[in-house]
Amino acid sequence: MNFAFSDDQEMVRDAARRLLSERSTMERVHQIMDDPTAYHDQPLWEQMAENGWIGLAVPEEYGGSGLGYLEACVVAEEVGRALACVPLASSSYLVTEALLLMGSEEQKKRYLPELASGQMIGALAVAEGGRLDPQGIRLKSQKDKLTGTKDPVTDALCADVMLVAARTSEGSDGISLFLVKKADEHVKCQALQVMDQTKPLAKVAFDGAPGELLGPAGAGWALIQQLFDRAAVLLAFEQLGGGDHALQMAVAYAKERYVFGRPLGSFQAIKHRLADMFTKLELARSNCYYGAWALSKNAPELGVAACLARVAAGDAFEFASQENVQIHGGIGFTWQADPHMFVKRARHLEYQLGDRRLWRDRLITKLGYPKAG
Amino acid sequence: MDFEDSPEEAAFRAEARSWLEKNAKPREKSGRGLGLFEEPGDEAKMVQEAKAWQARKADGGWACLTWPTAYGGRGVSPVQSVIWGQEEGKFEVPPNIFAIGIGMAGPTIMSHGTEEQKQKYLKPMARGDEIWCQLFSEPGAGSDLAALRTKAQRDGNDWIINGQKVWTSGAHYSRYGILVTRSDFTVPKHKGLTYFIVDMKSPGIEIRPIKQMTGGANFNEVFFTDVRIPDANRLGEVGQGWQVAITTLMNERMTIGGGGMGAGFGLADLLSYVSSCTAYDGRSAIEDSHVRQRLADLICRLRGLELTGNRLVTALSQGKMPGPEGSIIKLAMGILLQELGAFGMDISCANGSLYGEDAPLKALWQSIYLGSPAIRIAGGADEVQRNIIGERVLGLPTEIRVDKAVPYSEVPTGPRAAA
Repeated sequence: MNFAFSDDQEMVRDAARRLLSERSTMERVHQIMDDPTAYHDQPLWEQMAENGWIGLAVPEEYGGSGLGYLEACVVAEEVGRALACVPLASSSYLVTEALLLMGSEEQKKRYLPELASGQMIGALAVAEGGRLDPQGIRLKSQKDKLTGTKDPVTDALCADVMLVAARTSEGSDGISLFLVKKADEHVKCQALQVMDQTKPLAKVAFDGAPGELLGPAGAGWALIQQLFDRAAVLLAFEQLGGGDHALQMAVAYAKERYVFGRPLGSFQAIKHRLADMFTKLELARSNCYYGAWALSKNAPELGVAACLARVAAGDAFEFASQENVQIHGGIGFTWQADPHMFVKRARHLEYQLGDRRLWRDRLITKLGYPKAG
Repeated sequence: MDFEDSPEEAAFRAEARSWLEKNAKPREKSGRGLGLFEEPGDEAKMVQEAKAWQARKADGGWACLTWPTAYGGRGVSPVQSVIWGQEEGKFEVPPNIFAIGIGMAGPTIMSHGTEEQKQKYLKPMARGDEIWCQLFSEPGAGSDLAALRTKAQRDGNDWIINGQKVWTSGAHYSRYGILVTRSDFTVPKHKGLTYFIVDMKSPGIEIRPIKQMTGGANFNEVFFTDVRIPDANRLGEVGQGWQVAITTLMNERMTIGGGGMGAGFGLADLLSYVSSCTAYDGRSAIEDSHVRQRLADLICRLRGLELTGNRLVTALSQGKMPGPEGSIIKLAMGILLQELGAFGMDISCANGSLYGEDAPLKALWQSIYLGSPAIRIAGGADEVQRNIIGERVLGLPTEIRVDKAVPYSEVPTGPRAAA
């Protein structure tokens, strides 16, 4: 039994935490949030690329670090902890993963080195009108020309290439995936108003935009499911990191803030809530580790493990972020303080890949009980 | 990161399994109730069988694995002890009625006892020849254990004990008890305590069973009227009883907590039970969206606890002291079991009200539901665990205390205790 990250992986964590705590300070996240023209933190993205953290799971022959998914999980936790404003999930967990999973050798060689080095940013475009079910996909592909609208698309505004789910025929096996260059004149990107201003969403209109098929035609929906399982684990680590930071922030405040002549954290009303936050996070951590193990081994348990990690981490981050505001009192409700940024990031991450409702149902399905009809 | 045994661990596991295969029957799959809350039909028979199994284990070298061989153990690592537990759980073995002795009294005697006491008590304890009980809580001292008032008065080479203990599991079949008393009422509460080993056959001890909300009577109240204990049975110094009791309590938290749904009932059984139930629209309950959502949440927490156990074992195998996992597991487990019981009863629809043999799965859900408050209260209530996590893990300051610095006799007690 060795259910922990190795010393080498912990060294990757230390390095990531050190860099992110210097470069992605709360002040920096506030800055991005308040700047309507900033879609992400480009200097941080470049630094992460230089450190090899964007293509951790990409083999060296395609320009990656050739480390693995356990290292990627560790970095994801630290990115989540720092609320780093980088398109890591879109570009790395989703588009890069899609290429690794289903790209032809030629496509891998063409796209992966740029994606792994951060010079190219990818974004996944599945939802239409907010719908994430296969019937909701109406964007059409005719002779590899895409026409329709995708919304919301995370990180479309800073992306260079989009992976688009398009309908090639009716039915659930009528969906295919296409790579589309955002710079194409037939692609129009429009920013949407968002709750978490550090995570840009956009409505993207395709008007006969040329697409490059990725993976077999008609297998798009099955591929998206596979992709979601893998990305869910990494996103769960971001949620875990964010939740842990919210807890640490609340603990620090409960120690320094005095009320009725003594520290806030000496009152059981507060102490017990902090203990509950910690307990939820620790159970989520265990479920996340299981997800990391399954992802790194490509184990048959991955489908179940992804659901467990996603549900547990979603619960824990939501609870920790909300209670952090509550423990801060009035100041926690202000824009200038930090706690609201965690609440908003928790919500943003919740709606990536579908909320917990979807993952709970999926867990029962993966355990052998799909819902009939 | 992996779940594999090291070669050394694998060899130990194989050895354990091969011994168990020769000495016990494999556990039957499913249909069996939850060991934790099960009421034994014939208690005397159960005690006899449990003692026989413990003796067989001890003779085979499989009892008290982490204890030194000189005291009846085997001197192996905590991980190997966990491996043994995992393997033993797969076999049909009697309930463990030795946990208070082996899990709590034993380690306390090893830390604070004289060599003579160790020689006298530990081996028969390890072999299950002598069962132990815990005489700590009182009607006026539960979570606030140091408020206890059972009086110990020195009389030559003896002590004379008067007072009442409560919630004493197995007192009626125990040979010895670990007892905390107040030997000095004039000093602050934590400073006037003295710890003893008491022979449960001593004159002046009266044991009365307490009927629990489950309907069973696993524990007792124990009355002491002029009970004599020789000074040689004192554990630790006079007035140092609190420090000794802390050792016991630290070990208690490691003893309670595990368990889950019980070894005979796993995730597959849970899913299969849900699918066998009918929802209010006539479909299988597993088709009901609300049921699926609730079930998924419960499974997620159950797995979270199991996997946290794996992290605990990993820390042990790396030679690290276990962290706060014990408190987390105990806190989360009690609450989860209560919700799991309610869930199982809900999906049984009108049969949710049944109990005993007439209820589905011989009242597995009802037993979990009614029994889980015991998990949430015993061995440090939820609120105590939250204090431990808050103060020892998160480093939060303790609550202001009005009872710590004043003599015990001046501590406010409220109208009921004063009467």
